[in-house]
Amino acid sequence: MSDSSLWSIFINASLINNFVLAYFLGICPFLGVSGKIETATKMGAAVTFVMVISAMCAYGINAVLTAINAPFLQLISFIVVIASTVQLVEMFIKKASPALFKALGIFLPLITTNCAVLAVALFQTSKGFGLLKSFVYALGAGAGFTLALVLMAGLREQLEFSETIGIVKGTALVLLVGGILSLSFMGFAGLGG
Amino acid sequence: MSVINQNKSEKGFLSSIADHPSTDEFIKGVWRENPVFVQVLGMCPSLAVSNSAKNALAMGLATAFVLLMSNILISLLRDFIPKQVRIASYILIIATFVTVIDYAMQAISIELHKSLGAFIALIVVNCIILSRAEAFASKNTVGKSILDALGMGIGFTFALLCIGGVREILGSGSFLGFEFMPDSFEKWVIMVLPAGGFFTLAFLLLIFNSFKIKNNRA
Repeated sequence: MSDSSLWSIFINASLINNFVLAYFLGICPFLGVSGKIETATKMGAAVTFVMVISAMCAYGINAVLTAINAPFLQLISFIVVIASTVQLVEMFIKKASPALFKALGIFLPLITTNCAVLAVALFQTSKGFGLLKSFVYALGAGAGFTLALVLMAGLREQLEFSETIGIVKGTALVLLVGGILSLSFMGFAGLGG
Repeated sequence: MSVINQNKSEKGFLSSIADHPSTDEFIKGVWRENPVFVQVLGMCPSLAVSNSAKNALAMGLATAFVLLMSNILISLLRDFIPKQVRIASYILIIATFVTVIDYAMQAISIELHKSLGAFIALIVVNCIILSRAEAFASKNTVGKSILDALGMGIGFTFALLCIGGVREILGSGSFLGFEFMPDSFEKWVIMVLPAGGFFTLAFLLLIFNSFKIKNNRA
Protein backbone atom coordinates (compact mmCIF):
# COMPACT_ATOMS: atom_id res chain seq x y z
CA MET A 1 0.00 0.00 0.00
CA SER A 2 2.52 2.62 -1.05
CA ASP A 3 0.16 4.95 -2.89
CA SER A 4 -2.43 4.75 -0.17
CA SER A 5 -4.92 7.55 0.10
CA LEU A 6 -5.72 9.04 3.47
CA TRP A 7 -9.00 7.16 3.64
CA SER A 8 -7.39 3.79 3.10
CA ILE A 9 -4.77 4.57 5.73
CA PHE A 10 -7.59 5.23 8.16
CA ILE A 11 -9.49 2.03 7.29
CA ASN A 12 -6.28 0.05 7.38
CA ALA A 13 -5.27 1.27 10.84
CA SER A 14 -8.71 1.01 12.39
CA LEU A 15 -10.25 -2.14 10.89
CA ILE A 16 -8.01 -4.32 8.76
CA ASN A 17 -4.95 -4.15 10.96
CA ASN A 18 -6.79 -3.31 14.13
CA PHE A 19 -4.17 -2.54 16.75
CA VAL A 20 -5.71 -4.68 19.44
CA LEU A 21 -7.12 -7.61 17.51
CA ALA A 22 -4.54 -8.03 14.76
CA TYR A 23 -1.32 -6.58 16.19
CA PHE A 24 -1.97 -7.40 19.86
CA LEU A 25 -1.05 -3.92 20.98
CA GLY A 26 -2.63 -2.41 24.06
CA ILE A 27 -3.84 -5.73 25.42
CA CYS A 28 -3.39 -4.64 29.05
CA PRO A 29 -6.06 -1.92 29.01
CA PHE A 30 -8.09 -4.16 26.68
CA LEU A 31 -8.26 -6.74 29.45
CA GLY A 32 -8.28 -4.31 32.35
CA VAL A 33 -10.64 -1.43 31.53
CA SER A 34 -13.19 -3.21 29.37
CA GLY A 35 -15.63 -3.89 32.20
CA LYS A 36 -18.10 -1.11 31.43
CA ILE A 37 -18.98 0.54 28.12
CA GLU A 38 -18.81 4.06 29.56
CA THR A 39 -15.30 3.73 30.99
CA ALA A 40 -14.15 1.93 27.87
CA THR A 41 -15.32 4.78 25.64
CA LYS A 42 -13.58 7.41 27.71
CA MET A 43 -10.41 5.36 27.99
CA GLY A 44 -10.47 4.98 24.21
CA ALA A 45 -10.85 8.73 23.78
CA ALA A 46 -7.94 9.43 26.16
CA VAL A 47 -5.70 6.95 24.36
CA THR A 48 -6.65 8.35 20.95
CA PHE A 49 -5.80 11.85 22.13
CA VAL A 50 -2.39 10.75 23.44
CA MET A 51 -1.77 8.83 20.21
CA VAL A 52 -2.47 11.82 17.98
CA ILE A 53 -0.36 14.23 20.04
CA SER A 54 2.57 11.83 20.32
CA ALA A 55 2.38 10.91 16.63
CA MET A 56 2.65 14.60 15.73
CA CYS A 57 5.58 15.07 18.12
CA ALA A 58 7.22 11.90 16.84
CA TYR A 59 7.13 13.32 13.32
CA GLY A 60 8.95 16.45 14.50
CA ILE A 61 11.45 14.54 16.60
CA ASN A 62 12.22 12.22 13.74
CA ALA A 63 12.99 15.14 11.46
CA VAL A 64 15.37 16.60 14.06
CA LEU A 65 17.05 13.26 14.74
CA THR A 66 17.61 12.63 11.05
CA ALA A 67 19.07 16.12 10.73
CA ILE A 68 21.59 15.59 13.53
CA ASN A 69 22.15 11.99 12.47
CA ALA A 70 21.29 10.32 15.77
CA PRO A 71 18.66 7.65 15.03
CA PHE A 72 19.65 5.66 18.13
CA LEU A 73 17.98 8.32 20.28
CA GLN A 74 14.64 7.69 18.58
CA LEU A 75 13.21 5.26 21.10
CA ILE A 76 14.30 7.26 24.13
CA SER A 77 12.92 10.55 22.86
CA PHE A 78 9.60 8.98 21.78
CA ILE A 79 9.01 7.52 25.20
CA VAL A 80 9.77 10.84 26.90
CA VAL A 81 7.26 12.64 24.67
CA ILE A 82 4.59 10.04 25.36
CA ALA A 83 5.20 10.14 29.10
CA SER A 84 4.83 13.91 29.20
CA THR A 85 1.68 13.86 27.06
CA VAL A 86 0.13 11.33 29.39
CA GLN A 87 1.04 13.52 32.35
CA LEU A 88 -0.73 16.42 30.64
CA VAL A 89 -3.87 14.40 29.94
CA GLU A 90 -3.85 13.11 33.49
CA MET A 91 -3.76 16.61 34.94
CA PHE A 92 -6.50 17.73 32.56
CA ILE A 93 -8.86 14.86 33.39
CA LYS A 94 -8.22 15.27 37.11
CA LYS A 95 -9.39 18.89 36.88
CA ALA A 96 -12.19 18.40 34.33
CA SER A 97 -13.80 15.22 35.64
CA PRO A 98 -12.66 13.76 38.98
CA ALA A 99 -15.19 10.91 38.62
CA LEU A 100 -13.64 9.73 35.38
CA PHE A 101 -10.21 10.11 36.95
CA LYS A 102 -11.26 7.69 39.66
CA ALA A 103 -12.86 5.23 37.24
CA LEU A 104 -9.74 4.99 35.08
CA GLY A 105 -7.54 4.66 38.15
CA ILE A 106 -4.13 3.12 37.62
CA PHE A 107 -4.79 2.64 33.91
CA LEU A 108 -4.47 6.35 33.22
CA PRO A 109 -0.75 6.66 34.01
CA LEU A 110 -0.33 3.26 32.41
CA ILE A 111 -1.18 4.78 29.02
CA THR A 112 2.52 5.62 29.01
CA THR A 113 3.32 1.95 28.85
CA ASN A 114 0.48 1.23 26.40
CA CYS A 115 2.30 -0.41 23.55
CA ALA A 116 -0.24 0.87 21.05
CA VAL A 117 0.82 4.49 21.60
CA LEU A 118 4.52 3.83 21.10
CA ALA A 119 3.74 1.52 18.20
CA VAL A 120 1.88 4.28 16.34
CA ALA A 121 4.94 6.51 16.67
CA LEU A 122 7.28 3.74 15.53
CA PHE A 123 5.15 2.42 12.66
CA GLN A 124 4.47 5.81 11.11
CA THR A 125 8.19 6.56 11.19
CA SER A 126 9.12 3.26 9.58
CA LYS A 127 6.41 3.71 6.95
CA GLY A 128 7.72 7.20 6.21
CA PHE A 129 4.37 8.97 6.58
CA GLY A 130 4.20 12.74 6.24
CA LEU A 131 2.57 15.01 8.79
CA LEU A 132 -0.99 14.66 7.46
CA LYS A 133 -0.72 10.92 6.91
CA SER A 134 0.66 10.43 10.42
CA PHE A 135 -2.28 12.37 11.81
CA VAL A 136 -4.78 10.19 9.96
CA TYR A 137 -2.90 7.04 10.88
CA ALA A 138 -2.91 7.91 14.59
CA LEU A 139 -6.59 8.83 14.41
CA GLY A 140 -7.40 5.51 12.74
CA ALA A 141 -5.37 3.54 15.25
CA GLY A 142 -7.14 5.32 18.09
CA ALA A 143 -10.55 4.70 16.55
CA GLY A 144 -9.73 1.02 16.12
CA PHE A 145 -8.54 0.77 19.70
CA THR A 146 -11.70 2.45 21.00
CA LEU A 147 -13.88 0.22 18.82
CA ALA A 148 -12.25 -2.97 20.12
CA LEU A 149 -12.48 -1.75 23.70
CA VAL A 150 -16.15 -0.79 23.43
CA LEU A 151 -17.11 -4.03 21.67
CA MET A 152 -15.37 -6.02 24.36
CA ALA A 153 -17.01 -3.98 27.13
CA GLY A 154 -20.44 -4.61 25.61
CA LEU A 155 -19.81 -8.33 25.46
CA ARG A 156 -18.52 -8.42 29.01
CA GLU A 157 -21.55 -6.56 30.32
CA GLN A 158 -23.67 -9.33 28.82
CA LEU A 159 -21.40 -12.04 30.18
CA GLU A 160 -21.99 -10.81 33.72
CA PHE A 161 -25.54 -12.15 33.54
CA SER A 162 -24.68 -15.53 32.11
CA GLU A 163 -23.58 -18.50 34.11
CA THR A 164 -19.98 -19.56 33.62
CA ILE A 165 -18.07 -22.34 35.30
CA GLY A 166 -15.50 -21.25 37.86
CA ILE A 167 -12.48 -22.32 35.87
CA VAL A 168 -13.01 -19.97 32.92
CA LYS A 169 -13.87 -16.91 35.00
CA GLY A 170 -11.62 -13.89 34.60
CA THR A 171 -8.87 -13.46 32.08
CA ALA A 172 -9.28 -16.78 30.30
CA LEU A 173 -12.88 -15.99 29.38
CA VAL A 174 -11.97 -12.50 28.17
CA LEU A 175 -9.22 -13.97 26.02
CA LEU A 176 -11.59 -16.50 24.48
CA VAL A 177 -14.04 -13.72 23.62
CA GLY A 178 -11.12 -11.69 22.28
CA GLY A 179 -10.16 -14.58 20.02
CA ILE A 180 -13.66 -14.75 18.57
CA LEU A 181 -13.67 -10.96 18.06
CA SER A 182 -10.32 -11.23 16.32
CA LEU A 183 -11.72 -13.95 14.05
CA SER A 184 -14.59 -11.73 13.02
CA PHE A 185 -12.23 -8.81 12.34
CA MET A 186 -10.39 -11.01 9.85
CA GLY A 187 -13.45 -10.52 7.69
CA PHE A 188 -12.33 -6.93 7.05
CA ALA A 189 -9.17 -8.16 5.35
CA GLY A 190 -10.58 -7.70 1.85
CA LEU A 191 -11.66 -4.10 2.42
CA GLY A 192 -8.58 -2.03 1.69
CA GLY A 193 -7.04 -4.25 -0.97
CA MET B 1 -3.50 -43.22 46.41
CA SER B 2 0.03 -43.26 45.11
CA VAL B 3 -0.73 -40.15 43.09
CA ILE B 4 -1.70 -38.29 46.23
CA ASN B 5 1.47 -39.40 47.97
CA GLN B 6 3.53 -38.29 45.05
CA ASN B 7 1.84 -34.91 45.07
CA LYS B 8 2.57 -34.53 48.76
CA SER B 9 6.22 -35.41 48.46
CA GLU B 10 6.59 -33.11 45.49
CA LYS B 11 5.12 -30.29 47.47
CA GLY B 12 7.41 -31.04 50.38
CA PHE B 13 10.40 -31.00 48.09
CA LEU B 14 9.41 -27.74 46.42
CA SER B 15 8.64 -25.98 49.65
CA SER B 16 11.91 -27.11 51.19
CA ILE B 17 13.79 -25.47 48.32
CA ALA B 18 11.52 -22.50 48.45
CA ASP B 19 12.21 -22.06 52.17
CA HIS B 20 15.67 -20.84 51.32
CA PRO B 21 15.09 -17.12 50.80
CA SER B 22 17.40 -16.52 47.83
CA THR B 23 16.22 -19.49 45.80
CA ASP B 24 12.69 -18.37 46.55
CA GLU B 25 13.30 -15.04 44.80
CA PHE B 26 14.32 -17.07 41.78
CA ILE B 27 11.67 -19.80 41.84
CA LYS B 28 8.72 -17.49 42.36
CA GLY B 29 9.17 -15.81 38.99
CA VAL B 30 9.43 -19.08 37.13
CA TRP B 31 6.37 -20.72 38.56
CA ARG B 32 4.32 -19.33 41.45
CA GLU B 33 4.26 -15.75 40.19
CA ASN B 34 4.87 -16.49 36.53
CA PRO B 35 4.55 -13.09 34.81
CA VAL B 36 2.35 -14.30 31.95
CA PHE B 37 0.24 -17.10 33.37
CA VAL B 38 -0.30 -15.83 36.90
CA GLN B 39 0.21 -12.07 36.87
CA VAL B 40 -1.12 -11.69 33.30
CA LEU B 41 1.50 -9.07 32.45
CA GLY B 42 3.32 -8.50 29.19
CA MET B 43 0.46 -9.81 27.10
CA CYS B 44 1.22 -7.83 23.96
CA PRO B 45 4.56 -9.40 23.02
CA SER B 46 3.54 -12.82 24.31
CA LEU B 47 0.68 -12.88 21.83
CA ALA B 48 2.18 -10.96 18.97
CA VAL B 49 5.49 -12.71 18.36
CA SER B 50 4.55 -16.18 19.51
CA ASN B 51 3.51 -17.54 16.10
CA SER B 52 6.69 -19.62 16.03
CA ALA B 53 8.87 -21.07 18.77
CA LYS B 54 11.99 -19.38 17.40
CA ASN B 55 10.50 -15.89 17.51
CA ALA B 56 9.13 -16.58 20.97
CA LEU B 57 12.50 -17.73 22.26
CA ALA B 58 14.33 -14.71 20.82
CA MET B 59 11.77 -12.33 22.24
CA GLY B 60 11.88 -14.02 25.63
CA LEU B 61 15.67 -13.84 25.83
CA ALA B 62 15.77 -10.21 24.69
CA THR B 63 13.22 -9.26 27.33
CA ALA B 64 15.09 -11.24 29.99
CA PHE B 65 18.29 -9.38 29.12
CA VAL B 66 16.64 -5.97 29.40
CA LEU B 67 14.95 -7.03 32.62
CA LEU B 68 18.24 -8.18 34.14
CA MET B 69 20.24 -5.10 33.16
CA SER B 70 17.57 -2.61 34.20
CA ASN B 71 16.96 -4.40 37.49
CA ILE B 72 20.69 -4.25 38.31
CA LEU B 73 21.03 -0.58 37.42
CA ILE B 74 17.85 0.51 39.13
CA SER B 75 18.67 -1.34 42.31
CA LEU B 76 22.16 0.24 42.30
CA LEU B 77 20.66 3.70 41.83
CA ARG B 78 17.72 3.23 44.16
CA ASP B 79 19.07 5.63 46.79
CA PHE B 80 19.91 8.35 44.26
CA ILE B 81 16.70 8.55 42.24
CA PRO B 82 14.22 11.03 43.76
CA LYS B 83 10.80 9.54 44.43
CA GLN B 84 8.88 12.02 42.28
CA VAL B 85 10.68 11.29 39.02
CA ARG B 86 11.32 7.60 39.56
CA ILE B 87 8.98 6.23 36.89
CA ALA B 88 10.43 8.55 34.26
CA SER B 89 13.96 7.57 35.24
CA TYR B 90 13.11 3.87 35.12
CA ILE B 91 11.66 4.22 31.66
CA LEU B 92 14.74 6.06 30.44
CA ILE B 93 17.01 3.32 31.82
CA ILE B 94 14.85 0.63 30.23
CA ALA B 95 14.72 2.47 26.88
CA THR B 96 18.51 2.69 26.86
CA PHE B 97 18.95 -1.06 27.28
CA VAL B 98 16.27 -1.77 24.70
CA THR B 99 18.16 0.39 22.20
CA VAL B 100 21.27 -1.67 23.00
CA ILE B 101 19.52 -5.00 22.40
CA ASP B 102 17.81 -3.62 19.29
CA TYR B 103 21.15 -2.80 17.68
CA ALA B 104 22.77 -6.00 18.98
CA MET B 105 20.07 -8.11 17.41
CA GLN B 106 20.48 -6.35 14.08
CA ALA B 107 24.17 -7.28 14.22
CA ILE B 108 23.56 -10.91 15.21
CA SER B 109 20.78 -11.81 12.82
CA ILE B 110 19.10 -9.31 10.55
CA GLU B 111 16.51 -11.95 9.61
CA LEU B 112 15.38 -12.45 13.18
CA HIS B 113 15.29 -8.70 13.69
CA LYS B 114 13.02 -8.36 10.67
CA SER B 115 10.62 -11.05 11.78
CA LEU B 116 10.27 -9.51 15.23
CA GLY B 117 9.94 -6.05 13.72
CA ALA B 118 8.83 -3.22 15.95
CA PHE B 119 8.24 -5.59 18.84
CA ILE B 120 11.89 -5.36 19.91
CA ALA B 121 11.47 -1.64 20.42
CA LEU B 122 8.20 -2.29 22.16
CA ILE B 123 10.02 -4.12 24.97
CA VAL B 124 10.26 -0.64 26.49
CA VAL B 125 6.58 -0.67 27.25
CA ASN B 126 6.47 -4.26 28.45
CA CYS B 127 4.67 -4.00 31.79
CA ILE B 128 6.77 -6.80 33.30
CA ILE B 129 9.97 -4.79 33.25
CA LEU B 130 8.48 -1.65 34.74
CA SER B 131 6.53 -3.58 37.32
CA ARG B 132 9.65 -5.45 38.49
CA ALA B 133 11.57 -2.17 38.64
CA GLU B 134 8.87 -0.50 40.71
CA ALA B 135 7.84 -3.45 42.85
CA PHE B 136 11.19 -5.11 43.43
CA ALA B 137 14.44 -3.54 42.23
CA SER B 138 13.69 -0.14 43.77
CA LYS B 139 13.38 -1.71 47.21
CA ASN B 140 15.91 -4.55 47.28
CA THR B 141 19.65 -5.17 47.09
CA VAL B 142 21.48 -5.84 43.84
CA GLY B 143 21.91 -9.56 44.52
CA LYS B 144 18.23 -10.11 45.18
CA SER B 145 17.25 -8.02 42.17
CA ILE B 146 19.46 -10.14 39.92
CA LEU B 147 17.80 -13.33 41.17
CA ASP B 148 14.38 -11.77 40.77
CA ALA B 149 15.15 -10.65 37.23
CA LEU B 150 16.55 -14.06 36.29
CA GLY B 151 13.49 -15.83 37.66
CA MET B 152 11.03 -13.49 35.99
CA GLY B 153 13.01 -13.54 32.75
CA ILE B 154 13.12 -17.32 32.62
CA GLY B 155 9.45 -17.51 33.58
CA PHE B 156 8.55 -15.13 30.77
CA THR B 157 10.69 -17.00 28.23
CA PHE B 158 9.16 -20.29 29.37
CA ALA B 159 5.63 -18.93 28.97
CA LEU B 160 6.42 -17.50 25.53
CA LEU B 161 7.97 -20.78 24.45
CA CYS B 162 4.84 -22.66 25.59
CA ILE B 163 2.57 -20.41 23.55
CA GLY B 164 4.96 -20.31 20.60
CA GLY B 165 5.48 -24.07 20.69
CA VAL B 166 1.78 -24.88 20.68
CA ARG B 167 1.08 -22.41 17.89
CA GLU B 168 3.96 -23.58 15.72
CA ILE B 169 3.29 -27.29 16.17
CA LEU B 170 -0.41 -26.96 15.37
CA GLY B 171 -0.15 -24.13 12.86
CA SER B 172 2.91 -25.11 10.84
CA GLY B 173 3.51 -28.71 11.88
CA SER B 174 7.03 -27.94 13.03
CA PHE B 175 9.00 -27.00 16.13
CA LEU B 176 11.89 -24.51 16.01
CA GLY B 177 11.81 -24.91 12.23
CA PHE B 178 12.03 -28.72 12.15
CA GLU B 179 9.08 -30.27 10.36
CA PHE B 180 8.25 -33.49 12.05
CA MET B 181 4.53 -33.95 11.47
CA PRO B 182 3.50 -36.53 8.85
CA ASP B 183 2.30 -35.17 5.51
CA SER B 184 -1.22 -36.24 6.28
CA PHE B 185 -1.31 -33.72 9.14
CA GLU B 186 -3.69 -30.92 8.28
CA LYS B 187 -2.18 -27.63 9.44
CA TRP B 188 -4.38 -25.46 11.62
CA VAL B 189 -3.87 -22.21 9.80
CA ILE B 190 -5.86 -20.34 12.42
CA MET B 191 -3.15 -20.99 15.00
CA VAL B 192 -0.60 -18.75 13.27
CA LEU B 193 -3.21 -16.02 12.77
CA PRO B 194 -3.91 -13.48 15.53
CA ALA B 195 -7.03 -15.29 16.70
CA GLY B 196 -4.97 -18.42 17.39
CA GLY B 197 -2.83 -16.45 19.80
CA PHE B 198 -5.85 -15.47 21.86
CA PHE B 199 -7.18 -19.02 21.92
CA THR B 200 -3.83 -20.64 22.81
CA LEU B 201 -3.23 -18.26 25.69
CA ALA B 202 -6.79 -18.71 26.89
CA PHE B 203 -6.41 -22.49 26.99
CA LEU B 204 -3.02 -22.34 28.71
CA LEU B 205 -4.58 -20.04 31.32
CA LEU B 206 -7.37 -22.57 31.77
CA ILE B 207 -4.81 -25.29 32.44
CA PHE B 208 -3.03 -23.05 34.95
CA ASN B 209 -6.34 -22.19 36.61
CA SER B 210 -7.23 -25.84 37.01
CA PHE B 211 -3.86 -26.41 38.74
CA LYS B 212 -4.57 -23.52 41.06
CA ILE B 213 -8.05 -24.77 41.95
CA LYS B 214 -6.68 -28.26 42.66
CA ASN B 215 -3.97 -26.86 44.90
CA ASN B 216 -6.44 -24.76 46.83
CA ARG B 217 -8.60 -27.79 47.51
CA ALA B 218 -5.73 -30.00 48.63
